[in-house]
Amino acid sequence: MSGKAQSLAAGALSLLFLGVFLAIWHIATAPKAQVQAPADEYAKLLGKGAKKSAGLPTPEQLAEAALTHLKDPLYDRGSNDKGIGIQLAHSLARVGAGYALAILFAVPFGFLIGMSPILYRALNPFIQLMKPISPLAWMPIALYTIKDSSISGVFVIFICSVWPMLINTAFGVASVRRDWLDVTRTLEVKPLRKAFAVILPAAAPTIVTGMRISIGIAWLVIVAAEMLVGGTGIGYFVWNEWNNLNLTNVIFAILVIGVVGMILDFLIGRLQAAVTYVE
Amino acid sequence: MSHDLDERRILERAVLRALLPRDERRRTFLRAVGASTAGAALASLFPFGALTAMAQEKAKPEKPELKIGFIPITCATPLIMADPLGFYREQGLKVSLIKTAGWALIRDKMLNKEHDASHFLSPMPLAISMGLGSAQQPMRVMSVQNINGQAITLHVKHKDRRDPREWKGFRFAVPFDYSMHNFLLRYYVAEHGLDPDTDIQIRVTPPPEMVANLRAGNIDGYLGPDPFNQRAVYDEVGFIHLLSKELWNGHPCCAFGTSEAFIKENPNTFAALFRAVLTAARMAREPRNRPLIAKVISPPNYLNQPETVVEQVLTGKFADGLGNVKNVPDRADFDPFPWHSMAVWILTQMKRWGYVQGDVSYKQIAEQVFLVTDAKKYMAELEMKAPASSYAKVKILGKEFDPGQPEQYLASFAIKKAV
Repeated sequence: MSGKAQSLAAGALSLLFLGVFLAIWHIATAPKAQVQAPADEYAKLLGKGAKKSAGLPTPEQLAEAALTHLKDPLYDRGSNDKGIGIQLAHSLARVGAGYALAILFAVPFGFLIGMSPILYRALNPFIQLMKPISPLAWMPIALYTIKDSSISGVFVIFICSVWPMLINTAFGVASVRRDWLDVTRTLEVKPLRKAFAVILPAAAPTIVTGMRISIGIAWLVIVAAEMLVGGTGIGYFVWNEWNNLNLTNVIFAILVIGVVGMILDFLIGRLQAAVTYVE
Repeated sequence: MSHDLDERRILERAVLRALLPRDERRRTFLRAVGASTAGAALASLFPFGALTAMAQEKAKPEKPELKIGFIPITCATPLIMADPLGFYREQGLKVSLIKTAGWALIRDKMLNKEHDASHFLSPMPLAISMGLGSAQQPMRVMSVQNINGQAITLHVKHKDRRDPREWKGFRFAVPFDYSMHNFLLRYYVAEHGLDPDTDIQIRVTPPPEMVANLRAGNIDGYLGPDPFNQRAVYDEVGFIHLLSKELWNGHPCCAFGTSEAFIKENPNTFAALFRAVLTAARMAREPRNRPLIAKVISPPNYLNQPETVVEQVLTGKFADGLGNVKNVPDRADFDPFPWHSMAVWILTQMKRWGYVQGDVSYKQIAEQVFLVTDAKKYMAELEMKAPASSYAKVKILGKEFDPGQPEQYLASFAIKKAV
């Protein structure tokens, strides 16, 4: 089977899976019987007969909700009711800020650690201890010390994305092939030039792999952090709709989160492809 | 107080100048009758009290743009409705109401000064002022937001277990440790012979998450704020076991407050806020306004709830989850008066359950935190009736509480945390 035919087949199979999934979803959530018009006052108070947002939506209901949100993504009806586009922008801004800070810290610092075997070993226990801590566990301390919930969110993103980058940078730098370093020594290359012209390109694929892991984690964490802190962002959107037990909107938000996460991963993936080299 | 007097003197002088524009004559007049007599004579002609109030009203708020935190529950009705109905604007304030994810965050954002004023559970300002469960910072209660309006909701599977004596091992949710919900639930089960610390489990859960947890079976019930009791009925996962007014009719629940520092730095803003929230409370007390209020506070920007649920809570005509339609007009009410006796009761319960140890100067703390004098002043301006004394005996589940004898009251309970 040629490559083209294979990817065609894979695409068709993907569509088939999607179709089966939608069909099962449709059958599972189809309304059992037509709801009777409210017979008495009690039923009316329970909202029988009226449109009630209880339970899992059908695919059609979800599509309808998605359309309403996507038609008007930038509305602003007060501080607690903003369109999905504005919420996404808030989340992306927080992730962007925390992630950028993490890069600024982790890459140079990881470089230093990677170049010095002693430092590497000395700091390793601390890094190993900090790495598995859930970033959300930092939230109370962040709120108490930073005294600003929005910046606390950025801090949480920073702290969760810094470790994979730090470890990967240090590892990448430490495992640059010895022969290349020996060559720089023979040619008496200045340290700075050695760092930028030899070590950085050599370690780049490992560093970018760390960045790719980090962006995934950051996007996972921002939703949880915003559910915790509230105010704005896609996580707040999920929380607000959860309050109203509106699963249709929650599922819509989940889809949006998935799509955005995929795009972020794709972007760093492109960067990764650009710096990868074949020895 | 002296501030008021100064203002009044300035006003008197202005009026006198208007009456006797020529300096010479005015001086002769003042010398002849004396300044205070002149003031009294003028007072009989002019409503100085009202004028002073108007002058204060015009005093520009030092900080017109405010952030106020709230939890999306009907307890916050006055402070929420004041936004869409324009009561803040009327006072020259531009308020952003910030929906907040839980009570711990409400506390932290007040301590951080991220919020200027806030919706509180009424025990919270007492606890924060005492440094319980947080860094100590003096907080003040301007008004009680609501009275009654809470309920014990149980999962539908417990329809036949209405006697609290059968609740051993139940898992309950309350919104926060320092909440009336926690203290009322503890009181209720203890009156029925259960020790709330050992016989049942009490978990802190943000109100909006209670229904989801009840549905999932994580909890057997909760003493929680509305609309989440009614929402459990609406979603057919729970039923209303009892309304909190059946425990203590007229109990406080939430409060509106700010920090002492904010009041000191922004006295005019404080006055404007006070008036806005009291105006809202005055309107909310009228039963005929309740359907309209339900309409304005239900949208996604505020409670994000079906209007019928909120309306059932506010009008008191509701489905109880057991097939009955009940009519309890005072299911929820919005008497803003911050009774000192309420604060003393809260403190007795904090001590009873071990949240505070040692001697508690009940009266002193109550009078520091609950701003009765200010409440009386601004209520009088709006022609709302305030009681003369801020202490009153109340009956809770038939047992009398005398705010003058807190220690005796505490000693009368068989079930309490052994210290």
